[in-house]
Amino acid sequence: MRSASLDVERVAIRYGATPVLHDVSLTVAPGQFVALLGASGCGKTSLLRAISGFVRVASGRITVSGEDITNLPPERRDMAMVFQSYALWPHMTVAGNIGYGLKLRRVNRAGRAKRIAEVLRLLGLDGLADRPVTELSGGQRQRVALGRALAINPRILLLDEPLSNLDARIRQTVRHEIKALQKELGITAVHVTHDREEAMVMADRIAVMNAGRIVQFGTPAGVYNRPNSAFVATFLGADNVVALDAHSDEQTVRIAAATDHDAATLHRANGAGAGVHLVETLNGSAQAHFRAASARLIGAGDAAPDALVLRGRIAQCSYPGGVFRYAIAVGSQQFMVDDARERVPGEAVGIAVPAQALHIFPASGHA
Amino acid sequence: MKLGWIIRGVLLGALAVAVFGPLVNMLLWAVAERWYFPAKLPIEYGFSYWERVFRPRGNAMESLFNSVVIAGGTVALCLAVALPAGYALARLRLPLRSLILLAFLLPQAVPNLAVYINVARIFYSLGLNGTIAGVVLVHTVHGLLFAVWITTAAFAAVDRELEQAARNMGAGPLRTFFTVTLPLAAPGILASAIFVFLESLDEFTGTYFVGVPDVMTLPLLLYNASAGGNYQIASITALILLIPSIGFMLFVERFLRADVLAKMGG
Repeated sequence: MRSASLDVERVAIRYGATPVLHDVSLTVAPGQFVALLGASGCGKTSLLRAISGFVRVASGRITVSGEDITNLPPERRDMAMVFQSYALWPHMTVAGNIGYGLKLRRVNRAGRAKRIAEVLRLLGLDGLADRPVTELSGGQRQRVALGRALAINPRILLLDEPLSNLDARIRQTVRHEIKALQKELGITAVHVTHDREEAMVMADRIAVMNAGRIVQFGTPAGVYNRPNSAFVATFLGADNVVALDAHSDEQTVRIAAATDHDAATLHRANGAGAGVHLVETLNGSAQAHFRAASARLIGAGDAAPDALVLRGRIAQCSYPGGVFRYAIAVGSQQFMVDDARERVPGEAVGIAVPAQALHIFPASGHA
Repeated sequence: MKLGWIIRGVLLGALAVAVFGPLVNMLLWAVAERWYFPAKLPIEYGFSYWERVFRPRGNAMESLFNSVVIAGGTVALCLAVALPAGYALARLRLPLRSLILLAFLLPQAVPNLAVYINVARIFYSLGLNGTIAGVVLVHTVHGLLFAVWITTAAFAAVDRELEQAARNMGAGPLRTFFTVTLPLAAPGILASAIFVFLESLDEFTGTYFVGVPDVMTLPLLLYNASAGGNYQIASITALILLIPSIGFMLFVERFLRADVLAKMGG
């Protein structure tokens, strides 16, 4: 298997006068699986289309294993893309779709048949070679689209939200299948998605994108546990936000008491020591982010060591499975918290957020 | 309740007479040897007029041949223009796109007779009057409207991502066009070709001004026969003209329904 590296250097894209990508740089090592994660309109699909050659780059360079491909037409880039719509050719059979790229590469009939059979076996589609693609189920079409891409042994595999048209249950298994295939084949892959969990499960590195820029690039655990901005924290699920007054020094973060929370002095995370995650020194008004799953509920009068405690009342209770999910009204805000114990709505409770579950950023003006 | 059904029955019956009445009349005339005024039905039946129409010296066979050659040529010429034009109008970001589409409507917007008299004058000076090529040109102007409009729609209906997938797999623009775009647009293009063929087969005015007397087609023969009071010859010619239309309807039934209609639904 040929593994290629991909380098995107300061690439900018404009649609007319509207800039959609601002000097984005990205490096993908051979065999690496990188996810471009962001909300719709953040430029992730434009970046993928620039890499595949369907969108013209206004400035910057794209290279594959050192070869400059910035101005090559799509057909000469030797990449394979799996489209969100699958884009299977309805006038061809499964074998016709998968064999198309091989025919272009002048593989003879016997060679094509062998490779098509190989790909079909790899994807668990044995026996479907002569079916028209219009007769396949959504999951089967998705596999054929992946098979068409893999059949040509591309240098780079591009995935444009390939799972968004599958139903939730199939999506879970296909995630793992694609990831396993990619590792087995050792192919370099770039995957566009707006689904955080999908990016976390599949990718070796995640590039979180916002408003035409990559705002953080790192391992799934890195971006999840050490988000470098309030945006990344919120996007990766730490979407409970508390406004507070905080001051930090080398070791600790001191939080002043307010109507909805107690005063607290918490440890800062440094080195191996667990604690509050900060990206810069806090000096006054700040916003703390935490996840529903990493906080817990305590009695109304109880205290918790090395934790921020918010005081409120249970507004709503649901059971998504495993734990109970509570909406807690604190002042005029609501927070989501998971807890194992069943409680009744209306009960006065405390939300204890352990120091290591807190990401605190200087206040940006909006939550 | 019952009255409703009776009214419906009467209306349907009237519709049937309106649609099939003339056809039955034509069929009767085609096999009538003698049919004079007071008689409600032909007095004598026979096929002697068929013999006259199809006999080697009769000009029916020549007209049929001319008609088919002209219609075939018109289709070829129309497609030669409509394929590139339709693709460009559907795919490229052309300025004045709708203006170009409207331009093809122009020949239909002004009275045909005025146009054809002038066309005949110009063709006369070019030596195109009375030639098959001249008639083909006149029919093409007429057919281009359908050809370009339908082909544009057919190309526009092909999902761009299907073309991008081919480019992505390594196919150049030309190869993409012939392996993906054209096959997917084919049903629509075929429909436009058949439409142009039938229109050409049926065309009268333009042929009359540009072709007569050297180029005879079936509609002209039909006109001559009925103007001369020979309803038998006229009916038989009309029947021959019907054959391609019925073939077209059968084709639409068989090939276009499943494929194209499914695509129209999404």
